[in-house]
Amino acid sequence: MRFDIILAGVGGQGVLSVSAVIAAAAMQQGLHVKQSEVHGMSQRGGAVLAHLRLGDRPIASDLVPRGRASLILSMEPLESLRYLEFLSPEGTVITSVNPVKNITDYPPLDEVLDRVRRLPHAVLVDGEKLAKAAGSHRATNMVLVGAASEVLPLEASALERCIADRFAAKGAKTVDTNLAAFRAGREAARS
Amino acid sequence: MSDRVLLGDEAVALAAIHAGITAAYAYPGTPSTEIMEFLRVEHERRGGPRAEWCTNEKTALENALGVAFVGGRAMVSMKHVGLNVAADPFMNAALVAPHGGLVVVVADDPGMHSSQNEQDTRYYGDFARVLTLEPSDQQEAYDMTREAFDLSERFRLPVLLRLVTRLAHARAIVRVREPRTPNAIRKSDSPNSWILLPANARRQWRALLERQPELVAYGEASAFNTLTPGSAAVPAVITTGIAKNYFLENVDDLPERPWHLHIGTYPVAPSLVARLLEAVPRALVLEDGYPFVERQLRGLAPSRYEILGRESGHLALDGELTPDTVRQALGLEVAPAVTVHDGPLPNRPPQLCAGCPHGDTYAALKQALAHFGDAAVTSDIGCYTLGALPPYGAIESCVCMGASVGMAKGAADAGYHPAVAVIGDSTFLHSGITGLIDAVAANANMTLLILDNETVGMTGGQPTMLPSSRLKDVVLGVGVPPERVHVLSAHPRQTAANAEILRGELAHDGLSVVILVRECIETARTHKQAGAKTIPVTAAP
Repeated sequence: MRFDIILAGVGGQGVLSVSAVIAAAAMQQGLHVKQSEVHGMSQRGGAVLAHLRLGDRPIASDLVPRGRASLILSMEPLESLRYLEFLSPEGTVITSVNPVKNITDYPPLDEVLDRVRRLPHAVLVDGEKLAKAAGSHRATNMVLVGAASEVLPLEASALERCIADRFAAKGAKTVDTNLAAFRAGREAARS
Repeated sequence: MSDRVLLGDEAVALAAIHAGITAAYAYPGTPSTEIMEFLRVEHERRGGPRAEWCTNEKTALENALGVAFVGGRAMVSMKHVGLNVAADPFMNAALVAPHGGLVVVVADDPGMHSSQNEQDTRYYGDFARVLTLEPSDQQEAYDMTREAFDLSERFRLPVLLRLVTRLAHARAIVRVREPRTPNAIRKSDSPNSWILLPANARRQWRALLERQPELVAYGEASAFNTLTPGSAAVPAVITTGIAKNYFLENVDDLPERPWHLHIGTYPVAPSLVARLLEAVPRALVLEDGYPFVERQLRGLAPSRYEILGRESGHLALDGELTPDTVRQALGLEVAPAVTVHDGPLPNRPPQLCAGCPHGDTYAALKQALAHFGDAAVTSDIGCYTLGALPPYGAIESCVCMGASVGMAKGAADAGYHPAVAVIGDSTFLHSGITGLIDAVAANANMTLLILDNETVGMTGGQPTMLPSSRLKDVVLGVGVPPERVHVLSAHPRQTAANAEILRGELAHDGLSVVILVRECIETARTHKQAGAKTIPVTAAP
C-alpha cells in the first residue's frame, strides 16, 4: 500500500499541522512515513506545498512523484489547483472553499470553485464555517483533516488521538474544539 | 537506543550532542536554521551543550575553531552561501591539525528555494583537501555526524558535512545510539601547528597533502559508499546523497536492474569507480547539485568510458533533482496525471506580512524619493528583499549579506545621487558594519537605512546579536556625524513625517544613517503570547 498526499495552502494557514497530525496517526498504525516540509522565504504569505507519503513498505523519496498522489489536501481553493500534475487520475482533491485573496489578480471565486468541481474526484468543504461552529476559526485545518479522513488509509480514532495529543498542552477546550472540527469535516465530506 | 522522528537538520543536531560536543555555533540561514534551533532547545530545556547564534558564519566558525584549539569537540552550521563568508577560517582550519573534532555542517539549497545561488559545497571540501560526508537520508545524517567527529580527530582535519534542502527539511524515523562523553579540555601537544607563519604553514600544507591517500583509503572502505552489481546490458548508475532515493524510487520500473555505485564520502573512492566502469563502461551520474562527480569522472582527456548526467543533457544543468527528473534520465515515462484543460493560475509569490514595519518604511522611502530624479536603491538579504516585488517595487538589488552598503557607496562614488542602501538590523551586524566604515572614511554621498525589526525575521525570528538600543551607538561609534543619524519609528502613523526626514537626508551632500525601528509583527505576537503564558508561573508552588 502506498498513499501519497500533496498538502497545499498559503503560508501561515497551518499546512504543517495538518501534515503532522496525519503523519503521527500513520506511524501509530505502524506505517512508514516521509514528510517533506517548507521553511524559509516561501512561508511568507506565498503558495506553500508539503509532501506526505505513507506506505506499508519503506519509502525511498521524500518527494511525491508526479501523477502518483492519491490526495491533494488544500487549505485554499486556488491552491488546490496548483499542483494537479502530482494527482493520479484516480486521486481526490479535498479543499476548503474559503479563499485567501492576498494577490491582486485572484480570479472570481465561482470560477475557481467550478474548476475544482470539474475534477474527477473533488470534495469541497466550508472549513471556516464548520470550524467556527466547532468553536474557533483557527481549527479550520482540523476540518480539512476530518474531510481527508474519509479517504485516508487510517482509522478515524487514530487521527482523533493524534489531534488530542497535539492540542493537549493548550487545554481541554482547545482539544474539544479541534476534535469537533475534525468530526464536522468528516461529516461534511460524507454528504 | 531509541527511535525518534526528526528533520534531517534535527538528526544532525542530536548526533552532535551524542558525539559529545562542547559547543555549537551558527548563523541562521535556510535550510540550516533548524540545526541550531534544536540545539538551543536542548540547551535551555535539558542542559545540553552550549549552543549559540553568532554575528555571522565566520565568527561562528572561529568560535568552533577555538573550542577545537583547546581539545573540545565543536560544530558549526550554516547555509551554503554562509561558507563563502566563513571561507577564510575554513580553508585555514584544514591546516592546523585540530585534536578536538571540528565538524562544519553546510546545507545547500539546490533549486534556490530560499537563496541567491545554488553553489555546491562539495567543491569547498575538495578545495580545502578535507573529507566531505553527504547523507542520503535522516538516519545517515545522524550516523555521519557521529562519524564525522571521530574522523576529524583521527585525521586531525575539519570534516565537512553537506546537506541539501530536501534532506534538511524532511522528517523520518531515526535510530539513535548511546551518547559519548565530551572530551577533556587540553591544548594540543603540537602548538606550532596552530601558528600559520609561512614556515609552519608550508609544513602543515605538506602534511595535509601527504594525508590525502589516507582519506582516499577511508572512502574505499567506508560503508557509506556501496557498490551493487547489476545487469551489464544497461548503463550503470552512480548516485550521491539523496539522489539515491530518487533512483530507488524508480528502479523497480526498469526492465533490468543496473549496476549501482552510491557515493556518500569524498574524495571519491577511485577503486569503486574503476570496478563499476570495468563492469559497464557507460554510467549515468545523479547528484543533487553541480555535476561535481560527473565532471571528475569525465575529465578532459579522451576516454573509453561514457559518462552521462547534467552536462550530457540527460538532466537539466540547473535546479534540484526530483523523482521525476531522475525517472526521465533513466529513460522511463513520468506517470500520467489527472487531465485538465484550464488555463494557467495566477502566481502567489511570498510577500511581506500584513502590518509588517518594512512596508511602512518602503512607503516613506518612496514618498521621499519622489522629490528626486532617478535614485540608486541597493538592498540586501532578508524579509525586506520582498520590497522588490509589487506593490512596493522599492529596491533594486539583492546580492549578498551586507552588499547594499558597499554598493550604494560605489554608486555614489560613480556619481549617482541619491544613492540609498536598505539593510536589516541583523544583516547590518553580520556584514554591513565594515561597509559603513568605508563609507565613513570616504564621507560617501549616500544614505543608509537600517530596518530594525529587532529580529532575524526571514529565518523565523532568531535574536539579533545586539539589542535594538545599541545600533545607534554602533553607527555613532564608527564615526557617522550625530546630526546625520536619526532613529525613527517605522509606524504607519509616522510615514509622512519619516518621508520628510528621509528627504532631507537624501538631499544632504554626505553620509547619513536612518534607523527605522519597529518590532517584527510575527515575533511581537509570539512575545505577547509567551508573556501571557508566563504570568501564572509566579503562582506555582
